[in-house]
Amino acid sequence: MTTSMPLVRTLSGVVPAWQETVSREDLRTLCLTQKERGARLVSLWGSDEGEENFDLHLALAVQGGLRWLRVPLPPHDPSYPALDDVFANANRLQRATHDLLGLLAQGAAEGRPWLRHGAWPVDRFPLRKGEDGQAYPLLEQEPYPFVTVSGQGVHEIPVGPVHAGIIEPGHFRFSVVGERVLRLDTQLGYTHKGIEKRAESLAPTELIHLAGRVSGDSTVAGAWATAQAVESILGRQVPERAEWLRALWLERERLVNHLGDLGYLCNDVGLSAGFSLFWALKETALRTHESLVGHRYLYDQILLGGVAQGLTVRDCQSLQAECATLEREVHRLQDLLQEHAGVQDRYLNTGRVTPELAARLGLVGLAGRASAQAWDLRVSCPTVPYAQAEVRMATRAQGDVAARVAVRFDEVFESLRLIRYFIEHLPSGPSLWDAFPPLRAGVGVGWVEGWRGEVFVALELGAQGQVRRWHPEDVSMSNWPILEHAVQGNIVPDFPLINKSFNLSYSGQDG
Amino acid sequence: MANILNEILRHGVRSESFSWPQADLETWQQALWRRFGRALVIRHVDAGSCNGCELEIHALNAPQYNLTGLGLRFSASPRHADLLLVTGPVSRHMEEALRRTYAALPEPRWVVAVGDCGRDGGVFGKSYACLGGVSQVIPVDVVVGGCPPTPLQLLEGIWRAVTSARGSILPQPE
Repeated sequence: MTTSMPLVRTLSGVVPAWQETVSREDLRTLCLTQKERGARLVSLWGSDEGEENFDLHLALAVQGGLRWLRVPLPPHDPSYPALDDVFANANRLQRATHDLLGLLAQGAAEGRPWLRHGAWPVDRFPLRKGEDGQAYPLLEQEPYPFVTVSGQGVHEIPVGPVHAGIIEPGHFRFSVVGERVLRLDTQLGYTHKGIEKRAESLAPTELIHLAGRVSGDSTVAGAWATAQAVESILGRQVPERAEWLRALWLERERLVNHLGDLGYLCNDVGLSAGFSLFWALKETALRTHESLVGHRYLYDQILLGGVAQGLTVRDCQSLQAECATLEREVHRLQDLLQEHAGVQDRYLNTGRVTPELAARLGLVGLAGRASAQAWDLRVSCPTVPYAQAEVRMATRAQGDVAARVAVRFDEVFESLRLIRYFIEHLPSGPSLWDAFPPLRAGVGVGWVEGWRGEVFVALELGAQGQVRRWHPEDVSMSNWPILEHAVQGNIVPDFPLINKSFNLSYSGQDG
Repeated sequence: MANILNEILRHGVRSESFSWPQADLETWQQALWRRFGRALVIRHVDAGSCNGCELEIHALNAPQYNLTGLGLRFSASPRHADLLLVTGPVSRHMEEALRRTYAALPEPRWVVAVGDCGRDGGVFGKSYACLGGVSQVIPVDVVVGGCPPTPLQLLEGIWRAVTSARGSILPQPE
């Protein structure tokens, strides 16, 4: 070894994480070994190190924490051996990294673009430092080479990007025989907003504001993960009360999203009364947020060094009272759904992802837990205050819509318990730094279990504390491909139901 | 079935009456009937939003707002719609889809740009991937700012659009 830098270094901060430099030649062997030991790929991205030097980065979830592998690529040869045969979710990550930065995965199973539709030319890469981030001359939208299925009676149904309902844009290409889906091919990237380029040279406080808008329904998770990364670089902990309040808001976010989705899961099987009853509850909870902090979805509540608002004793009492009401009401609605034969008939065995398939393809988050993938950061890598609260993980093994509904109900009740626990044991003291520590260069990570699943953030700050590279990863990136498997063999009218049971983020994956 | 009915009865009617400076509920309904002679049909397009605005458009469907009672309805097709509700800074990848959706709306038609992003690109600005607001692509009648705007602000924006000078050119039914 000629270098004096340690090969593995522990990153400071609340997330247990280690960064190490790995040579391009050793990458595949290391990944194969790690995979055998049960490691999972959380994210894959690249960075421009200047003068035609590029680094590839991987984040692996391993026993007890996160391994961040940094792979320097040789100058003028930004390529690396493909890893999609080791980690299934590497497929789209590799393609996205190529579209944005021009790093090529040699030997990858797929060469189709992923995020680039025609907003920039095939030989230009917006995330490179030489690119100014401004608009390229308007190009023809390239036709996306969809996978086609041929045979007698097979026809295609194209759907999107503008859908029939109030949802985000994406294109779905169904190959069907009669009503049955043989194959689904998805094209996403319609909401690509260039957030990673936008983040460059922002100050950390501005970055956290942006991070809360990667996926609006996960604003607390996104902003918290980015705040964790900044705070780990600055090397200073946030006040304990702030950590507890952040967790409180994360659980409230989980609660309102689950209530809304359960409503839509009633709507999609024609039970409009269930929809109205769940949405009446959700709306009440949103108004509580507005009266407590002035924002219905808790945007900008997570700040660098703490939270925007401390809670008064009276606020805490009103939250406690609301928890009791919600618990009673949601139990009644759960009974209602369970006793409704028509609803159960639509839920059971629909959109099934078996535990074996889930393990092979790397399904995580709420959908993963419904297919026996027992991973929840609040349990697997608990930070303050989750360690104290001893979260009970919800899991099911059936992997169908019914299982995902059951996990959501369990998580609603667990969130209600946690909210009450956090309020009862809320430490006193400040809930925000009184002054910022001096900004400095460095790398840090954030990792938070949002309502949909994990939100990961890798961050590098430059010498004046401005953002050099920020890469957020929503769990949707890894879970979207598995939806294509979940719908196989189901009938087309069940697609909205299956899709809603996952409710993945388009904006979160498109970036 | 009995359980569902029981539950509905237990909850009662949840819809609320609300008002804003320009109009109360009754004026609103009368104006809609006068101008449209039927429900106002809305088509929503997400042109690259973070999905925050979508949450609030969904929330409009909560029983508290009694949307259908008010005379508003969301449509699955732009061809059945009077008004286009557009969210997001308009990503380059949604530009063409937004143009085509707008073109599919029959005349007369209104466009409401939703959110700070819909106004001018908001936090995402104008870049290689974003056009920086709905009015960069199609004509906009009313902008409803906010991140995201609340359901009541959305309703107020829709109201402003259909009662604008352009709105009053509609023939008056007998």
